[in-house]
Amino acid sequence: MENKKIKDKVLVVQSKTNNLSTIRDFVYAAALDVGFSKDVIDNIILAVDEACTNIIKHAYKSYPEGEITIKLKYKEKKFTVLIIDHGVPFNPESIPDPDLQKYYRQHRVGGLGMYLMKSLMDEVKYVSVPGKYNQVLLSKNLNGAN
Amino acid sequence: MAEFSTSVKDAGDVNIIYLKGYLDAHTAPILENTFSNLVDSGRYSLVVNFRDLSYISSAGLGVFMAFIEKIRENNGDIKLSAMNDKVFNIFDLLGFPLLYEIYKEEDEAINKFSQIKKLENGK
Repeated sequence: MENKKIKDKVLVVQSKTNNLSTIRDFVYAAALDVGFSKDVIDNIILAVDEACTNIIKHAYKSYPEGEITIKLKYKEKKFTVLIIDHGVPFNPESIPDPDLQKYYRQHRVGGLGMYLMKSLMDEVKYVSVPGKYNQVLLSKNLNGAN
Repeated sequence: MAEFSTSVKDAGDVNIIYLKGYLDAHTAPILENTFSNLVDSGRYSLVVNFRDLSYISSAGLGVFMAFIEKIRENNGDIKLSAMNDKVFNIFDLLGFPLLYEIYKEEDEAINKFSQIKKLENGK
């Protein structure tokens, strides 16, 4: 498959759940340009949705005027989504793997999004610079993508 | 903006909830309302038809967890049906088939309820 040159793309939205579909559409179009199959793109946009939902609910605690920046890069057959916010820092180590039996008793779920991100992407990395920004990096390689 | 809607059909003792569109953190409250209304009116035998659901995120999956125990405590259940492969794969990845019955067809799910009812009536 040819190594397409795709320009870096940036989307900035406010931290509202009604922007999730805008974010998904933005990532979908870029991943399609890169040459991923529809199945893989579905997985990528779900992972991005989960990361952004976590930011809206936890980093910004549903405050609707926070800023979420989504940067897309494609280099050496690696598609990278960087998601940046200025909310409360997040420690991914604090999120245990999901336990459905426990959720059943508690009538709630937590950590499902994180588990999906890790399962669906090749790479999930969190970086927080306190007082400045938090960044989630999600990446998927075009080769070997399934 | 992505759209999501539900519609509910009465099928005797069972109610069928049809999902349509995109179920994410933005639209999950719509499904919560649908479940709340049914549970509040004492409807506990529920079949969810996913045929027209294009997308689900964990916020949508969470809605099923929120109601299932109360529904089962009232001898009811939420049975899932007619998922496309993409939606099923997400349920499967998270282990939901251990907690929920998932059927290919809506009718199979409805029939399960009537079989249980027959057993309860000693037939």
